[in-house]
Order: sequence, then structure tokens, then C-alpha cells
Amino acid sequence: MFLSIATTHQPATDLGFLLNKHPDRLHELELTYGKALIVYPEASESRCEAALVLDVDPIGLVRGKGQSDGLLDQYVNDRPYAASSFLSVALNKAFRTAMNGVSSSRQELADSAIPLEAVVTPLPLRGGEAVLRQLFEPLGWEVEVAAVAGPQGDPTSRYVRLTLRGTARLSALLNHLYVLIPVMDDAKHYWVGDEEIDKLLKRGEGWLDAHPAKELIVRRYLRHRGVLARAALARLAPETQDEALDPDARSETEETLETPIRLNDLRLSAVVEALRASGARTIADLGCGEGKLLQLLVRERFAERLIGLDPAARELERAAKRLKLGALGGPPEGRVTLLHGSLTYRDARWAEADAAALVEVIEHLDPDRLPLVERVVFGAAHPRAVIVTTPNADYNALFPSLPAGQFRHRDHRFEWTRAEFAGWATHICTAFNYQVAVSGIGHHDETLGAPTQMAVFTR
Amino acid sequence: MNIEIPDFALVVLIGSTGSGKSTFAAKHFLPTEVISSDHCRALVADDETDQSVSADAFDIVREIAGRRLKHRRLAVVDATNVRTADRKGWIELARKWHALPVAIVFDPGIDICIERNRSRPERAFGGPVVQRMVSEIRRGLGGLQREGFRQVWKLDSVERIEAATVARQPLWTDKRHDAGPFDIIGDVHGCAGELQALLAKLGYQVTWHDEEGRRAVTVTPPAGRKLVFVGDLVDRGPQSPDVLRIVMHMVAAGSAYAVQGNHDRKFGRWLAGRKVTIAHGLQATIDQLASEDRGFCDALPGFLDGLRSHVWLDGGRLAVAHAGLKEEMIGRGSGAVREFALYGETTGEIDEFGLPVRADWAANYRGPTAVVHGHTPVLNAEWINNTLCLDTGCVFGGRLTALRWPERELVEVEAERVWCEPVRPLTARAGTVSAQAEADQLLDIADVSGRRWIDTTLKGRVVVAEENAAAALEVMSRFALAPQWLVYLPPTMSPSETSAREGWLERPEEAFAHFRARNVAEVVCEEKHMGSRAVIALCSSADVAKARFGIAGDESGAIWTRTGRAFFNDPTMTEALLARLRGAVERAGLWQELQSDWLLLDAEIMPWSAKAGSLIESQYAPVAASSVVGLDAAADALARAAARGLDVAALGDHVRERVTRARRYGQAWAPYVWPVSSIDDLEVAPFHLLASEGRVWFDHDHVWHMTLADRLAAADPVIARTQWRTVTLADDTAVNDAIGWWEQLTAGGGEGMVVKPKGFVARGPKGLIQPALKVRGSEYLRIIYGPEYDAPEHLARLRPRKLEGKRKLALSEFALGHEALTRFVAREPLRRVHECVFAVLALESEPIDPRL
Repeated sequence: MFLSIATTHQPATDLGFLLNKHPDRLHELELTYGKALIVYPEASESRCEAALVLDVDPIGLVRGKGQSDGLLDQYVNDRPYAASSFLSVALNKAFRTAMNGVSSSRQELADSAIPLEAVVTPLPLRGGEAVLRQLFEPLGWEVEVAAVAGPQGDPTSRYVRLTLRGTARLSALLNHLYVLIPVMDDAKHYWVGDEEIDKLLKRGEGWLDAHPAKELIVRRYLRHRGVLARAALARLAPETQDEALDPDARSETEETLETPIRLNDLRLSAVVEALRASGARTIADLGCGEGKLLQLLVRERFAERLIGLDPAARELERAAKRLKLGALGGPPEGRVTLLHGSLTYRDARWAEADAAALVEVIEHLDPDRLPLVERVVFGAAHPRAVIVTTPNADYNALFPSLPAGQFRHRDHRFEWTRAEFAGWATHICTAFNYQVAVSGIGHHDETLGAPTQMAVFTR
Repeated sequence: MNIEIPDFALVVLIGSTGSGKSTFAAKHFLPTEVISSDHCRALVADDETDQSVSADAFDIVREIAGRRLKHRRLAVVDATNVRTADRKGWIELARKWHALPVAIVFDPGIDICIERNRSRPERAFGGPVVQRMVSEIRRGLGGLQREGFRQVWKLDSVERIEAATVARQPLWTDKRHDAGPFDIIGDVHGCAGELQALLAKLGYQVTWHDEEGRRAVTVTPPAGRKLVFVGDLVDRGPQSPDVLRIVMHMVAAGSAYAVQGNHDRKFGRWLAGRKVTIAHGLQATIDQLASEDRGFCDALPGFLDGLRSHVWLDGGRLAVAHAGLKEEMIGRGSGAVREFALYGETTGEIDEFGLPVRADWAANYRGPTAVVHGHTPVLNAEWINNTLCLDTGCVFGGRLTALRWPERELVEVEAERVWCEPVRPLTARAGTVSAQAEADQLLDIADVSGRRWIDTTLKGRVVVAEENAAAALEVMSRFALAPQWLVYLPPTMSPSETSAREGWLERPEEAFAHFRARNVAEVVCEEKHMGSRAVIALCSSADVAKARFGIAGDESGAIWTRTGRAFFNDPTMTEALLARLRGAVERAGLWQELQSDWLLLDAEIMPWSAKAGSLIESQYAPVAASSVVGLDAAADALARAAARGLDVAALGDHVRERVTRARRYGQAWAPYVWPVSSIDDLEVAPFHLLASEGRVWFDHDHVWHMTLADRLAAADPVIARTQWRTVTLADDTAVNDAIGWWEQLTAGGGEGMVVKPKGFVARGPKGLIQPALKVRGSEYLRIIYGPEYDAPEHLARLRPRKLEGKRKLALSEFALGHEALTRFVAREPLRRVHECVFAVLALESEPIDPRL
């Protein structure tokens, strides 16, 4: 990765004093993850340019220093090459005094705004050019973006060569770059612990508070803290890896779409009421995810025993935390049980439940597995009541940002119209001897119905 | 006194302190069989006499006794067990595990007990305590049978206690020593004609004769064979007395076993004058009996009452019970066992014909013992999870069916007529799905989760860790194909040892050396296609797919990846490719040659980009773009610095070299990428015929497999030819030729080659050896190891590669895959196949360097 800083302030070679690095010498520094080289490609009275070349050791990065994060790191990736927090760490190491706005011989210059130009390449462009401009332009930088060629010569949308021009104190430029390069990169930090994240935020002092994109900046930092993907699963199912790396993007689409009506809250309370009406005492939340429904049910007296089932172990960990299982102030032992399991396997551990809820679950199953799930839930377990909710595809037309024919969530394998759902419900009733009542949840549209449909099966 | 107890029982010793229980137990039982409350008190509190910990000590006694009973081991409870309340728990425990509770009471007299206690200073039990204990025991003595003890033995003097002997008898139902061979007959229901026809077909000679004016019969079995009747000999049919005559004669002669059916039992109760509802054909039997002779009638009650609940035969491999039996009941005795064997399990519900709804115990059966039963009329006798129902409704106009054991052949005769109209019509199962497939629709979480041990033919027991199974669960249930299709997953493949040669990571020399060192004489080298691994299940028609794989949909086959996902997201693409492959198989004449209407192929599907497009775009292309751009900028900066006189020439050269490597990286996968708009743009390269009907082809060498692949390639251009050659490892010229061939392949952009021992399953001096090693080309490795991997300073550090883990996995997965196929071909229950496939997936979650 490459970063250069140039000035046309005269004499331009004073840049060497500000950076504390002599323009006619080659400066090398050792970093834990590689080497940084500082060289001045240009050093005249009229223009002086310092280049920082960061040479990350790709093998060392993979092999780690005995603290490898796991399999992901072993795969070849762009980390040794793309501008990232590595560059920030190198900046801090190479130009710390300049970043602090201190210069032993040119303090006055360090305190003055001077014409500056910076180049960063390749800079990851997560979120597109708009985000890039949103980050740098409010700080007074003129932003120039040049495309970067992909391996076959075609331009890639992933990286750009960024040029910033403007008049500012050198320390401001360095601090902006220090904080905003990792924000653009928006990836998991390597070898950067919590402390360094705090340091990054400290570098934002004086400008970050007033930055209009402050929230985005902070969020992108926090997103990658402490998210450790389960390496084993990652290898088998890269898509769950994406989810793990991106916890709030996980259901972003679906929730953004549905947020104005806070559909999820309505849905959950409708399910709770249906469960209450069913007279059930032992309730299984099948596909409980992080336990939002269970959290509501724990507060209900009628729910004597609660069972949550999910195939994703890390969802269950989140649920256990949310429900305070085994912690002070949590439910008494034995009232809530979380099970790692799957709806495609019969499971005696929850067979005793007298009601089961499948809230926004079936649409995540391949249609050819549905018969199996039906037999497990309605056939083998055969609870007195089963509550199923699923999106109403008819209603999708009312989501302005959802292109026609697209599902609300990328993991949805299907979304049913009201007629399709009713057909399925009838089939269940005949095959497994249930009665059903179908209703809608959320804003009701005259012709297209409600966004969510719910079936309450009883026998 | 000789105390004869069953060899499987819960023996409860009863007697006051000092009565001699422990001494007796030590003399007649194994130390491990005896669980003493004193000992358990000591375990808890270091003091045998500490009464304050009694409750906990008894929990331990109960726990140990329960575990022993679970494993069908005799257990002896050594405690005073003075009061009814003390004994109640033991009766319950025995019932839970279907063990007979046996009581042995010790009463050598109060004085003796007091005297013995006195001589043991650590026992501070005074006279009154012993007195109270003894009188309590004596008071309860008469009620022991009522409490539930099936045997009560009283030893009421020192002499008797000392003289007593203990003998163990096998249970009445335990005939494991009898290995047959057997002919097991389904529900006869008075159909004497059909029974005789069936016996004739089985080679039994039936001769009727007159014996002092009474009708009598003699049945001579074929040499050594015995009959086993599954019960329900009587009712509904025309000649129940004759059926009984045949069975009674044979049982008495020792040439038949008969288990009791619910009809036999009810008939016996009616004979005994008990109040029974006369229904379900009992009246017919009663009417037929009216004209029978007195001697016959008098013998009936004893015979019917003496029928066994079930028989356990042939070294434990076979059990016969009228209505079936759960695994944990076989070879055990309790009221529950008898009830289950007679009536099976019902859900408590009543169906539209007024008959009880039967619970599907067979669908849940997981035992190694084959259970053969009757009771529920079915259209065809079909194995389900190692259980078989032989009641093919003869009396309702169906057939009378016998099973020859151990041959497992069915022998049947048609009913002469409908003797009785069935209440519930016998119906065929919907569609062409077999009974096993029907039962297989449900897999149980207990079949796959937790720590698992799987016995494989190739490699013995393979262990799957609990956390690996957990990791596989989500993938299997959310992303994989339906388990009916997924009968195989390919094993991982290890690379050869790291090359010793400067500038190389992998070369063929090491692969050849690997096999040479393991006494392999000949290897097959196959061109390694750079596509994506695919397993292809190809059926001659959708009907075959339904019947053989038991799938629900209309697919005529399936194509899946190494993690069990559908290869193509679009099902029409799958079907279109299957149709092409079907044509090729047809033209190559394989359906006839293999005598199969389905086959399972292991293949590579190209281009790589068809499946890995997003991986290239999200992972490899960014590396190529970012590495070139950053290094270019650095090279430019250094060039400008040099131009103004700085001494950076060496650095500049170094960076330019790096730019070259980065550019080569971007080109490395170009040969593996091309757009796919239709089937014609795909290439399928099969390299193993895994299985077809009745066969797993691991017993044929790779020359056979590759010859077959060549024939398929000749039959359709969508099938790519794989270059291959055999190499005799002792022949240096051949080895060098193969190395040259590999160099040529990889220089031309090829991924490399796979070296396999010629035999599919190869063993060396230390057992199973790697079924294949891959040797990858240097440019291909660039994709995997990164743009700059072959820079000398990097290569030196990449050399040490830990291959053992990968190789161990490769062998385990190979053995599991073979096991899955073997079980599938043998038509074992799906769960048995699925557990192997699930285990392969689970093992794949082991953290292994993915670059290997």
C-alpha cells in the first residue's frame, strides 16, 4: 500500500522538518507486521513529496505470530496490499510528532495551514465513492478519485486511487487519514486490539465530533470489534461468515424495509397473544435465533417452560446472553432451555412442547425440505398448537425500495402469496389433522393484505 | 437350597445388620455385581456407618444398579432393605429396565445378628436396633411377592445361609444359543390350509393320522430347520384347531417356537373362564372347538399360557415377538415387555374404523437385532430399520408369509379365499416409495449429534468430535441437498510432501516417493482439472430416482458439491446436464453393462468460474488488483527518487520483481475462467464410478475407472476427457516421463495431477494409505498461496507444511465415504448412510490449513 504527502508551500523541503524525516535519505522502519519505507520522490523548493510504502509481510500475516485468528487469515487476501488500519498504524509510528502537531524546528509552520496534497492507493471503496466524499469533503478536502484496473484490465469498483487537495495543517491531514482510511476499508482489523481502536478514536479529537458522518465513522469501527467468526463454520458456509462479520448488516435489508411499521415488534406480540390463547404451558420457539420471542415469553406467566431451538450455535449464545441464562436475575434453572438442533431432524428434546412457534422460519428452508419439516413438527412432535408466520409476497409491491421479484432477505428461499400460504395451511390440516386460522400482522392494505401472514394451527 | 435366579435380574438382599448378607454376596456374586450401601456411604463420607449421608449413598447405589441393568448386567443390592418403602424403589428400577426383581431374605436369628455386631466395634448398633429390623423384615415377608418380587428366597438359619448355592438360568425368552436355521411364519389366524401349503413349500412334511380315535399330526422339518410362529394362531379363520395341533405338536417335539399373540392370549383367557368380549373372530374359534375331542381341549390352556412373550435367537441377532419389540426390551422380562410384545404401542387415539392408532415403533427402531413380528396386516412384508412385519393378511385374503433365516428370503403362499372381511382395508402405500424410504423420511437428531463413533469396513472406528458434529448441523440443515440424495461426500485430498527442490513447493517426485515407500508398485496419474468437485447421482428416469433414492420431488438425479450443496442454483440446469449425461451413459451401454438404472459419479465440473465466480470476484481478483496498484505506485516513487539522484536502485529492482509476480497472479486463473451461458459451455470430467445398483466400485482399480471415463467422454462432448497414465514406480524412465508430462501440463496452465495407487483401496505395511495425492503446478499454487509466494524469502518459510492432520482426515473421510456407499447399496436405513455423510461434513470443519 502506498501513501504520499506533498506540499507546494515554499520552501517545500520544509516538509522534511515537519515530518521529521530528511528528504535526501531513505528511512526504513520495522513494524510488527512488516516494514515501512519513507522516500522522497520529489524534493525541490517548489514541491516536496514524501512517500510511505508499506510492505506487509504476506507470509507472516498468515502464519501469524502464534496468535492467528484462524482459517480466514490463512487464505490469500488483500490485507497485505490494500490501504487499511495497517497504514494508520504505520503513520502513527513514522510521523507521530507531526500527527501531534509538534515540530522542534518549524513549530510555526506546523501550526499553519499550508497547501497539501495526499495520495492513497489502493484504497478500498466500501460503500462507494459517495461514502468517500461524505468522509473527506466536510473536512475541506478536494477529493479526486481515479479508478484502479482489475487483473484483466477492466476497472474494479473495489479500490480507487484517492487524491486529496486542500490547505490545512499537516497534523490535520495526517489525523484525517489515520482515522478515515480504516473507515473506508471497513474490514476486520488485524493485530489491532481494543486499545488501538480507542487510539484511533482519540485521533479524531477536535474534528470528529462535528463531522456530519460521525455516526457512520463510529459504527464502522465498532462493527469489527470483538466479532470473531467461528472458523470451522466459516469454512463450510462462507455466507454465514458474511453474516458473522457483518452483524448489523445481517438483516439490514429486511429491517430497513420494514422499520417504519416496526413490524417485528407487532409480529412478536401477535405470536405471544396467539400462544396465550392456545392455553399452552410448554412452548418451543423453533428457529429462535437470538431469542427475541423468548425474551417476551419469559415475562409471561402462562409460559411455564420455554424451549428455544436453532441450528446456529452462535445465535444460541446470543440468546443465552439476551435471556440472562445462568446469570443473576435470569429465569430460574430449567424454565428456559436452548437447544442446538434443526427442524429437519426429529428431536425428542422438544417433543413435549404443547405449542410450537415458527416465526419467520419456513421461508429460510429450501422448498424440498419443507415436507421433512412438516413431518418433524406437525407429524412427529404433533403439538396441540403450532404458530407459523412468514412474509406475504403480495405485500412486497408496497415496499418502494424492493425491486419486483426480489425477496426481502437474501437468505429467503421463497416468499409466499396469501393464496400460496393458505394452500399450504390447508395441506397441513388434511395431512396432520389440524384446524387453522390465518390472519395478517401489520398495516393492512385493502388489496394486498398485511406484510406478515400468520397461521395458527390447533388440534 | 439352590437359589435359581435369572442371569439377568435385580437381586435385592434383605436382612438386618449382621445377618450375613455381604459375606453371602461376596461368595456367590462378582465384586462388580454387588452394590453395597455401606460401600457407597464410604464413597460419600469416608465412613461406612455414617447414617447422615444415607440418602446420597442410596442415590449412588441406584445409579450404579440402573446403569448395570441398562447394559443387561445382573445387579445385587446389598443393603438392609428392611421396610416396604426401602424396597419399593428397587422394584421400580427393575421395572424400568425390564429386569426381574428377586428377593433373598436373610434371617439367621436375632441373637446371631446381635452377636456379630458386637464383634464389629465400628458398628454401634445395639440390640434394640437389630430387634426392630428383624421383626420388621419378618412382618413384611409375606408381602414380598405382592410388592412385585418375582422370586423370593428365604434363608432362615446360619446353616441354610452357608449351604445355599446360587445358579443362574437364562431367561425363558433367551434362546440365543439356538442358531436355527429358522423359518418364521406370519399370523396364521386359523388358516390351516394355507399353513400346510406354506410348510410344504418350505420343505416340511405334514402327515395327519388317527391316534386312538383322535386326530393327530406329525410334521417333519427339513434337516436342522425349525419353525418360529409370530403368534395369532387362532380366530377369524376356518380351522384354528388344526393350526393349534400343528404348532402344539411341533413345540412339544422341539422343532418350533411359538410366541403369544393377542388373539391366542384372549382365547386362553376365555378357556380359563375369564370374562372376555367375544369379538374379532373369537366366536369362530369357539364354534370350531365345540366338535373337538376332550384331550385336545384340555391341553389347550396349558399350551396357550406357556407361550413366550418373545424369543431371542441366533446369538442375539434375531428376535421374534408378535407385535414387535423395542430395542431396550429384547431379552428382558417385565409386564411392559409382555404388553408390548402382544399389542405393540398405540398412541391412545382411535382411527376412523374404531381401531387403535398404532405408534410407529419400527420407524424409531435402531437396534442391531433383527425384529420379526406380525400383528399389523400389511400388503407386503418389507424390512424397515432391521424390523420385518410378516402379517400379510392371509385370513383377509392376502398371503401367508414366511421368512427364511439367516437367508432372509421371503416365502409366500396366496390365501385360498377371503376368510374374513377386514375392518380396515389393506391399502398399498402411496406411490412407489418403499416402506424403508417411508420410515426414512424422518431422521433423528440423536442419529447425528454429539460425539459419534462410526464403524467403517476400511478403517475401523472413526470418531467425530461433538463440536465438529455441531458445526456440520447448520450446514446440513440449511444449505445441503435433501439427505435422500446425499449418499456420498468426497474425501479431502492431501498434497504431496513439500518439494526439496529450490524454487518449488510441490513436485511429482515426492508423490512417487510417498507411494514407493509404502510398497505401491504401480500408480495412476490423472490430470487434475481445475473446476469444482461434483458428485453426480444419475438415474435412468425420475421414477427410478423416486424408487431408489426415496426422494419427494420429480428430479431424475442430483449434482452436489463437496459440502453437499446443489451444484447449480437453477434446477433446470441440473436436469439439462443430467439429460446429457444420461444420453452418454445410454450410448456407452452402461445401464445394461452395470445392470443398474442409476449410478453415482465422482467428477470435476469446469469452468472453475461456474461455481467459484463469486470467490474469484471477492477474494482473488481484489488481491490481484490491489497488489499490482500499490506496488506500481511504489515502483514509480522509487523511480522518481532515483531520477533525482537517491541511491534506491536495488530497492527499485526488488519492487519491480514484486510487480511482476503480482501481475502473474492476476493471470494465474485465466485458463480456468470462461463464461457459461448454456450446458454446452460446461465440461464434466468424471473420474470415479462410485456405485451403481448392488455395487460399490471401490474394488476395481483406477485403470478400470479411467477407461470407463474415456468411454463416457467419447459419448458426448460435454464430458471432458481426462489425460491419465499408469506409472510403474520401479521404472525410472516411466517415472521421468510422468514428471515431464506433469511439467508440460502445468506449464500450459494446468492445475497439476493426482497420483493414486493403482488399486482403489490400497494398504501398506502400516495399514490404509492415501487414496490419492495431488501435485499442483507452481502457477496454480500462486492462486492459493498468494502473489509473492515463490519469492525465495517467502518460499523458505512456506516449506514446513504440516500434512499429518490433512492426511488423517483424508483417510477417515475416504473410509466414511466408502462406508456410506456400502450401506446405501445394501439398502440400509437412510440414517445409517446419513450418519457417514454427516460425519464427512463434520470432519471437514476440522481446522486444517486450507491451502493444503
